[in-house]
Amino acid sequence: MAVTTGIFTNNRSRISKFITRVWEPFIPVPLLGWLFGAVLAVAIEQLFGLPLARILGLSRIPALFGVLVVLNDPTNLLLLLGVLLYDILVYILPISVAARLTIAPANWIASRLFNIQGWISAIIHILLIYGILHIWSDVSDYRLLIVRLTLIAIIFTLSLNVVNGYMGEFSCSHPGFIALGAYTASIFTVGLFINDNILGPALLPASLAALMFPIGLILGGIVAALGAILIAVPSFKTRGDYLAIISLAFTFIIKSLFENLEFVGGPRGLGNQPNLANLPTVFFWTVLSIWIINNFVRSTLGKALNAVRDDEIAANAMTVNTRRTKFVAFLFAAFWAGLAGGLFAHVIRYVNPSTFGLQMLAEVLAMVYFGGLNSVQGSIVGAVSINLLSEALRPLEIFKWIVIPLLLIVIMVFRPTGLISFKEFDFFKIIKPKRTSQKDVEYAPTAD
Amino acid sequence: MWSMPLLQIEQMTKYFGGLRAVHDYNLQIEPGEIRGLIGPNGAGKTTIFNLITGIYPPTDGKVLFDGRNIVGLKPYQISALGLARTFQNMRLWRHMTVLEHVKQARYSKINYGLIGAFLGTPKRQEEESASARIAQELLELVGVSRFSNQVITNLPYGAQRRVELARALAIEPKILFLDEPTAGMNPEELEQMMRIIRRVHDELRMAIFLIEHRMRVVMELCEMIQTLVFGEVIAEGNPDDIRNNPAVIEAYLGEEVVT
Repeated sequence: MAVTTGIFTNNRSRISKFITRVWEPFIPVPLLGWLFGAVLAVAIEQLFGLPLARILGLSRIPALFGVLVVLNDPTNLLLLLGVLLYDILVYILPISVAARLTIAPANWIASRLFNIQGWISAIIHILLIYGILHIWSDVSDYRLLIVRLTLIAIIFTLSLNVVNGYMGEFSCSHPGFIALGAYTASIFTVGLFINDNILGPALLPASLAALMFPIGLILGGIVAALGAILIAVPSFKTRGDYLAIISLAFTFIIKSLFENLEFVGGPRGLGNQPNLANLPTVFFWTVLSIWIINNFVRSTLGKALNAVRDDEIAANAMTVNTRRTKFVAFLFAAFWAGLAGGLFAHVIRYVNPSTFGLQMLAEVLAMVYFGGLNSVQGSIVGAVSINLLSEALRPLEIFKWIVIPLLLIVIMVFRPTGLISFKEFDFFKIIKPKRTSQKDVEYAPTAD
Repeated sequence: MWSMPLLQIEQMTKYFGGLRAVHDYNLQIEPGEIRGLIGPNGAGKTTIFNLITGIYPPTDGKVLFDGRNIVGLKPYQISALGLARTFQNMRLWRHMTVLEHVKQARYSKINYGLIGAFLGTPKRQEEESASARIAQELLELVGVSRFSNQVITNLPYGAQRRVELARALAIEPKILFLDEPTAGMNPEELEQMMRIIRRVHDELRMAIFLIEHRMRVVMELCEMIQTLVFGEVIAEGNPDDIRNNPAVIEAYLGEEVVT
């Protein structure tokens, strides 16, 4: 350590020291405290956002923290200053002040809730997160769209992570599964509830649509899982690159299948989906998928995936039915991809075969590998950051596709398995109060 | 039934293409017996393990385990019947913790099914914590329970070996195959490993079939020893017989040294 203290390490340690010093007062803030801060911030924006933005010289509330506005006109320093001030006044200041000031009450409430029943506390946290998203996205339709697409991207990423991260295979078939789910759910809703010139008149009253929508989504998932069988049967006999090749072919086959199916519009695509994928619906399915996938990967049946990935022969010798394990996981991942595809189709309200091509594959893969393999929180972070980034960098146009890959390369160099990889996601640990009596802090190893 | 051997192998032969790896191999192991298999490098010892545990099928011959022919069964089926093994090069799962390793080997004992895995039902919590308890006990038995929440790659080599043994024990085997359990160990680790093997045998009352390179280990642990050379058993007997058998000495040390 003492041998070389170059200018590089010096700077780095100075930066990390600075970060620790800034972060220190916030260490005892529980998640609940941060959520209080966020509620305050979105409430302030809702109430005073527009006048404040006008005062700061902005024409309206900056949709994505002002990144879009600044990138559109990067030479306008006044605009940059306005945006910075807006972000500080509306987000950074309220969140940090509220989080810091509510340390005691937030910890108290968190520990009370936690002691009553862990899952009640979890539900309250989730509802708070929903509330924050709801108020935040209420400001503009653009935000609403972004939030919903980001939530759906979380399902895409997480389900792909099951195969590429937890199972350690390389699958490229996700756009195919998403397409299958999107088209199936669209045919279901448009065919049954909408008078459409491609799929014909409605068969059922439109009032049933919202009620039957989950059936359509699940059907989409099941069709995607059936598609997954086509890949799984030939490619899981052995390990290696076969799955990558076969699954890539599958994506192209599905794409050209829908291009040539006239009854779903062929290359023109299929529109007119009813507006069923509102924020609560999308949020509900996202939370459900995170919960179920996380449950699965933490069980012994799910951990079998890691055993298969790290050493398949040993897994087999330790009574793990490796073939069944791989099959189940692949179909499971395809199911969620298909279900999320159904949601996607009803958010965009138009599907077109060319959406489900190589670009979508690259985006989903980037989210998985950026966020981190083999971790649920990695997938969430990856999906949210890549999605927001690719939205925020939209004004850069073609350069966006230079910035994001560069970022990926940097990640690959410094953290080859992604930002947060090989971590277990334990929501109860996250919502736990940060400051309690000593005996609660003591870490007891749990069953799973 | 009591007189039937636990594991009975009759005239097992394996060809890899034209190469005869194992020829007319016979074996009988009674419950609770410790049996050794020795032989020079490349004699086919590990191949015999792989044939019995189903990694590849024998070209010919019968393998009866508990009176049932297990030829053609998949490795996971054979191991679930109660035939556990360790590996020469351990084959640990490098991203998993010690406890997870041992819990994973209880896969065949899991009854909660996929619904339980997806929804985290109370039945699942119960079974998972039961298997964690058993895993912890086994880790204590082999003396590495203090590492249970560590990722396996953080452990020293000797401890990794013991985790691998605990993993095999979690299957609750009737017979345990150990493929060079002391390979690469220093004298101290070797002593500990031998103590542990004996303890496992005494406390869990299972039969053990052991491949070893180190004569001392086999001679001290085993009641009966087979010597394998070029896929054929050239000598079988108790440690004294083997030690004094001219064919064994020749195979190991070369002709000139025979006294």
